[in-house]
Order: sequence, then structure tokens, then C-alpha cells
Amino acid sequence: MASSYGKILKDGLVTENPIFRQVLGICSALAVTNLVTNTLYMGFGVTFTTALTSFTIALLRNYIPVRIRMIVQVIIIAVYVMVVEILIKALAPDVHRFIGPYVGLIITNCIIMGRAEAFASQNKPLPSLVDGLANGLGYTSVLVAIAVIREIMSFGTVLGYKLPALDLWWHPWTIMVMPPGAFFMLAILTWMARARLVKEVK
Amino acid sequence: MELSQMSLFASCVLIFVSATFTDNILMARFLGMCSCLGVSKKVDTSLGLGLAVMFVTAVTAALNYLVYQYMLVPLHLEYLKLIIFIVVIAAFTQLVEMIIERTSEKLYNSLGIFLPLITVNCAILGISLFMLNKPYSFWQAFAFGLGGGLGWFLAIALIGGIREKINESALPKGLEGPGITLIIIGIMALGFVGFSGMIKI
Repeated sequence: MASSYGKILKDGLVTENPIFRQVLGICSALAVTNLVTNTLYMGFGVTFTTALTSFTIALLRNYIPVRIRMIVQVIIIAVYVMVVEILIKALAPDVHRFIGPYVGLIITNCIIMGRAEAFASQNKPLPSLVDGLANGLGYTSVLVAIAVIREIMSFGTVLGYKLPALDLWWHPWTIMVMPPGAFFMLAILTWMARARLVKEVK
Repeated sequence: MELSQMSLFASCVLIFVSATFTDNILMARFLGMCSCLGVSKKVDTSLGLGLAVMFVTAVTAALNYLVYQYMLVPLHLEYLKLIIFIVVIAAFTQLVEMIIERTSEKLYNSLGIFLPLITVNCAILGISLFMLNKPYSFWQAFAFGLGGGLGWFLAIALIGGIREKINESALPKGLEGPGITLIIIGIMALGFVGFSGMIKI
């Protein structure tokens, strides 16, 4: 079984990365990536919710009537998101003030629903947990990549620490902290990831 | 001038305009991107989904405002707002779908397929959540919902128009689809940044 867990992990992190390959969960990917700290909290929230939702839905998969499964899934997701919101509010009130509404919006993050539909509703609980974890981490890794570039370009800092000697020659690029910067950054990363993919297919 | 010193009508107009342009839900707050990337290939479908979202956003913002202020706050159950809001939105879209199905077949055929997409559109839940950050009254909340919906409608209609043209030109393979759409939205967002600072509320 070890190799198949490894495959699930690799699929979620690289080959089937939710953001590049499936174009899911873009909304929050753009909104919270102006500072690395915000991104890490958001990534934690999404990973936690995806993993536990997949686990729960896989546990209940034989008991949920097919007709009402959507609403059942939404309610399961909403419960975990509530836990995450309360956790972040308690651990980091400053971060919560900024990303608060976006944490609530994890409910409508299509990655979670997508994994529940595509994987958890047909598989056993443990593989589903790993699958959710892998997809959450794949999402987080892309977000952190975007956030690091944006934070360096706009403030010259990483996690709030100033990079040495950068202010000698680097002029802070305000547009990167504003919405357009997020769109361009994600567009370039998607382009790079897809260009490699096109090559592989050929 | 502070919002609280204005007449109700003036403040509603101001909130409406600011929600549509300066705080555009898609360009400035990134909400509703998933369905926007998926559906904006053609102008017709963009318009259909845009209209449906505008309608549902305005009504659910008002409904959620009432539920929050008159049910959750008096009972001290504010932490349940996420679940309650999503249930209200899901129930309302279901209801609208059923009503349209019974009353107008033509409208159902053009709008019906979009309604299930709306429940998972984060713009709608987002408007309801952002609304709570400000001390709005009922009509102000409704104006905020209507403005936010109109902003999303404008954005997706414009993107649909541009994409329809751009699909005919030869792009690098890796840039097709989401890549080029994100760049278009980025350039449009630059334009919308020009509106910011015009109104401060």
C-alpha cells in the first residue's frame, strides 16, 4: 500500500496540482498572497479542511443518499471551516482581521468539493485523508511561491524580515501588492507549468 | 463626509457605486474567479450567468442581513454565520430554479443551467460576509449586494467579449485558456485600480 500512498501524494502535489492542472481554488489563491504570513495561515486552513472533509465523507460515503449529497458535503465542509476560523482568530488575531472573510470563503473553494466528489466518495477513509492532504499541500506550495515573489517585489521582505542590501538597488513595486500583480503572477506561473506539460505530452 | 451624516438615499447610491467600481468584487477582491474562468468563453453565456448572479447576490445579501441581525445576533450565535449563510444561499437558488422552471420555460432554458453553478460561486457568499464588516443598515446592505452583483456582471461580460475575439488568434500553447484570461483580467484590474480613491467609505 505504501507505493499507492506515495502516488496519491505525488498526484496532489505535482502531476495533478489543483491550481495548475485543474484550475480550482483560484479566488483565494489571489487574494491572500500579498504577504507570506497570510498565505501560510490560509494554506493551513485549506489543507486542514480538505483532508478532514475527505476523511469524513469517505467514512460516510455509504450512508449519504446520492440525491442530497451536495448539501451534506457543504455542511460537512462548513463545520470544519468554522473550526479553522475560530482557530485562526484565537492564534493570530492580526492575520484574522485581514483574511477573515477569505477564511469563510474556504467553504466555496472548489478544491474541497472537487476532491470530495472525485476521490473521497469512492475510496476508503485513509487514502482519502492522504489525497486531501496532498491536494491541500499542492495548493499551499503554489500559493507560497506566488506570495514570496510578490512580497519581495512589493516590500523587499520575506515573512516580515527585510532582505539584506535589497533596498540599495530595488525600488518597491507597489503594483505587485495590488490586485493586478496577483493576476499577472498567477498567469505567468500557469503559463510556465502548462508549457512544460504541453512538451511532455508531445 | 461620513456615511452616517448623509441621507439614506445618498448613502445607498454611494455604496452602490463604490461596490460596483472601486471595490469591484472580481477585480479588487478576486471573488468568483472559478466560474468566471470556466464560463466566460462566450458573450451570451457570460451575460446569462452575470444576470443570474446579480439577482441572487442582491436578494441573498438582504436575506442574510435580516437573518444575521434579527436571529443570530440576539441569540449570540454569530459563529454559526457561515453555515446559515450557505444554507440560505443554497435554498434560495433552489427556490428560484423551481419557480423559473414552473413559470417560464424560455427563461429556464437560458438561465437554468447556471443556477447550480451559483451556489458554489464565492462572490455571493463573499458579499454576504464583507457586508458584515461595515455597520450597514438594511437598505445599505441591499445596495451593497446589488452593486457587488452589477460589478461582477460588468466584469464577466467584458471578459467574455475579449475572450471571444482572442480565441481566434494564435497563442502559445501553454498560454491558452486560463493563462491568457488571467492576463486579460490583470490588465482590466489595472484599469479598475484607477477608480480607487475616488470614493472613500
